[in-house]
Amino acid sequence: MAGSTLASATASPATQRPRVGPWQEAWRRFRKHRLAVVSGVVLLALILAVAIGPLLWAMPIDEIDFTARLQQPSWAHPLGTDDLGQDLLARILYGGRISLAVGFAAMAVAILVGVLVGSVAGMAGGAMDAALMWLTDLFLSLPQLPLLLLIIYLFRDTLTGLVGLEVGVFILIVAVIGGFRWMQVARLVRAQFLSLREKEFVEAARALGASRTRLVMRHILPNALGPVIVAASIDVAAAIIAESTLSFLGLGFPPDVPTWGRLLFDAKDNLDFAPHWAMFPGVAIFLTVLSINYIGDGLRDALDPRRIISA
Amino acid sequence: MSASTTDPLLSIRDLRVHFATDDGMVRAVDGVSIDVGRGETVCVVGESGCGKTVTAMTVLKLIAMPPGRIAGGQILWQGRDLVPLKSDAMRSIRAKEIAIVFQEPMTSLNPVYTVGEQIAEVVRQQEKLGRRAAMDRAIEMLRLVHIPNAQRRAHDYPHQFSGGMRQRVMIAMALSCNPKLLIADEPTTALDVTIQAQILDLLAEMKERLGMAVMLITHAMGVVAEVAQRVVVMYAGKVVEEAPVRELFANPRHPYTQGLIRSIPRIDLAATHHHRLEAIPGTVPSLLNPPVGCRFAARCRYVTDACRAAEPPLREVAPGHKMACIL
Amino acid sequence: MLHYLIRRLMIAIPSLLGISVILFTVLALAPGDPFEELATNPAVPPDVRAHLRASLGLDDPIHLRYISWLTAMLRGEWGFSFVSRIPVEQLILQRLPTTVAVIGASQILALAIALPVGVYAATRPYSIFDQIANTLAFVGFSLPTFFTGLLLILLFSIQLDWLPFVFRTSIEATGWRWWWEMVRQSIMPVAVLGLFQGAAWTRFVRSAVLDVVRLDHVTTARSKGLPESRVTMRHVVRNAMIPVVTLVALQMPAVFGGAIVTEQIFRVPGIGSLLISAILANDTPVIMAVTFVFAGLVIFFNLLADVLYGWLDPRISYR
Repeated sequence: MAGSTLASATASPATQRPRVGPWQEAWRRFRKHRLAVVSGVVLLALILAVAIGPLLWAMPIDEIDFTARLQQPSWAHPLGTDDLGQDLLARILYGGRISLAVGFAAMAVAILVGVLVGSVAGMAGGAMDAALMWLTDLFLSLPQLPLLLLIIYLFRDTLTGLVGLEVGVFILIVAVIGGFRWMQVARLVRAQFLSLREKEFVEAARALGASRTRLVMRHILPNALGPVIVAASIDVAAAIIAESTLSFLGLGFPPDVPTWGRLLFDAKDNLDFAPHWAMFPGVAIFLTVLSINYIGDGLRDALDPRRIISA
Repeated sequence: MSASTTDPLLSIRDLRVHFATDDGMVRAVDGVSIDVGRGETVCVVGESGCGKTVTAMTVLKLIAMPPGRIAGGQILWQGRDLVPLKSDAMRSIRAKEIAIVFQEPMTSLNPVYTVGEQIAEVVRQQEKLGRRAAMDRAIEMLRLVHIPNAQRRAHDYPHQFSGGMRQRVMIAMALSCNPKLLIADEPTTALDVTIQAQILDLLAEMKERLGMAVMLITHAMGVVAEVAQRVVVMYAGKVVEEAPVRELFANPRHPYTQGLIRSIPRIDLAATHHHRLEAIPGTVPSLLNPPVGCRFAARCRYVTDACRAAEPPLREVAPGHKMACIL
Repeated sequence: MLHYLIRRLMIAIPSLLGISVILFTVLALAPGDPFEELATNPAVPPDVRAHLRASLGLDDPIHLRYISWLTAMLRGEWGFSFVSRIPVEQLILQRLPTTVAVIGASQILALAIALPVGVYAATRPYSIFDQIANTLAFVGFSLPTFFTGLLLILLFSIQLDWLPFVFRTSIEATGWRWWWEMVRQSIMPVAVLGLFQGAAWTRFVRSAVLDVVRLDHVTTARSKGLPESRVTMRHVVRNAMIPVVTLVALQMPAVFGGAIVTEQIFRVPGIGSLLISAILANDTPVIMAVTFVFAGLVIFFNLLADVLYGWLDPRISYR
């Protein structure tokens, strides 16, 4: 009879714990997820490394040295060099800044758009709601990568003409990646609206004459925060992968900006004699994404007891 | 214990069921003994959380193990202990010898199969009938429990039935292999009051026709008075009183039983939740750390120091009437 | 059921129109007017150019341009590739079967991993097997496809020299030998895509099964005396497939994204690598058409998922 299950309420009496605030309770649950805590430390270390690493490891990222081409890791170059003799540690640290910055910025865009669309849909209801939800579903079924490639292909030159190459591509990539990832958040926020709109405390606040904006800011959005934070963590990971994919396809940042994906793109034709060149940026992406995913899992345990699976 | 001349059909002896939880071991059933004779209707009555559902589930070994565990005792089915039985042997008992009907007709049927398929599935499993014959039996069973247009309705899905109709389907399914014992675990609790009476009538009718024994789990004393031959009163994982139904209602000895009987509304026999809860103050104690002594002491109006010192044993106070109170 | 199907189709049509509007808007807003390029490219013969200009209605107001663009797309008049100078639809038709084959095989692989592993893990939650499966799943979908691809090449092509890392269209062999070579060169692309999706789906399956396992009807199934294997297959897995289908459908855009990357790494001649090479060569008609085809494929698979969903869940199709 192993594995037989019965949803028996008698088996689990209500547990009595000392009353604590919701955030302490969330933190207690998050701490129970050991891998999430470890991942938090790893991610923090990675962020610190790319933030202050370039200051400590003051090797230039673009110093070409043909005498030191494709070197294996050594004391002079802890992660080796590429085909132009450029130091890979310096390039990975610098590239990490961009990858992480894109990840978080695109997440911010996604949350912003998602909260906006979700709030408007949830508050307006009726035809507006239906239209916005149709749009949300539509965006969920868009072929994202081809469109991403198409948009960047079409708009890159104009935007770089306006604000310069690096900034232009950064804005474009962040906007486009974020613009394709807001749907989950919009659904969550709207669902929160629908379930809370009729709840007593919101009714009470409305009866007391609270304005709509105030109602949303003070009473509804904070309640949607948990699931949104979980979705946000997943968005960061997805955005980092999206940016790396673009760079890996040679269509992201310009060649002289060493993002992790770009390093892999350059390395892939030298796999047979310089595997380290591809390994280190690949491992960097993997570690970052893995730790963010685990943190997201821990946050889900902590903040979103309903366990909504987000794709 | 079984002083009767013939062996009982089912004899639960000193059963102990424990559940491991985050906060410790919950002794959901703590030394329960219940006998059910052939063709007899026994009601097990008590508040939610007193261990009656766990007892019923354990008879068919349907509790989750882990976290659940049979920590002791025997479940004698026609003299044979079910506790050490392997799952294969246990399966041939289920539905064929002992069938069960659950509390929630809305969720107890699988939404993706037609009710006919679900009944036929039992028949095919237990009686090795072919697909056709099993479906014919299913339709016949649906007819037996008074589902109109059974032939056609057999091909409908559970969501196309009302709650009461679904409970009829559950009963049809449970009875389809002619079990010797039907365990009905609060079969009417989730239904409207008018439907409740219909289902109880149906159970009585089925019992009359098919002659099986019934072990009815309920928290409503009104139901007990209507259908039981013998009554077992459970409180906090233990049996506190057991007697033939007339004797119990005429002469309730345990203060808890007295409280339960007082809680029956005078006019409407189908007692509702609220009346009963108001009648006996307080709630069932936690089974995590049960109090020493009588478990009812905290809610008992006749409580003495002796009640809190030691647990009163179940003793026979009249022929066939046992109770666990020092009074 | 038929009624349900028709309704889903009616919903799919506006989605396709919506996607076409988004695509058109992107193109119309783009600087340099990609439509203009289409017609003025010298590679296109003059008579065709005139025909294209007319059929695209380049001087009409925007909504008329959209309609004529859409009709041209729907008629299959997708213009000519600047690079290879053959009709785009012909180019895509050449490449599409490869992409569909690679995606199809990898999805079968993903299902072959996710179903048994997810179900087995969920029926023994928190066991050693479950923990290992869970960890591997996390690792699996945290490894981007482009990195997995490079790792596989490094291991199986460079270190071990077992598998070719470039996909060849023309294999000089016939019969079994041809099939053998095809299988050998397909292993890595299919594995990269299949393992990634398999990891994600394992988590879906596991959590869906865990949700179903504790439902009352499963206890009912056990009370019928059914063998545990039958309870699991017929009453747990069968029901858990309903949410899984929805999640898998939501994943389809990601699957196509993965296919583009995989085709690019292994130089598989599908529409994904066609898209990348077209972008690198500024071959606008091809870029537009491939994007449109991807959109159509996503809608098609969503429709397929809807059909499957209606078939799996009688509550839906009977409503």
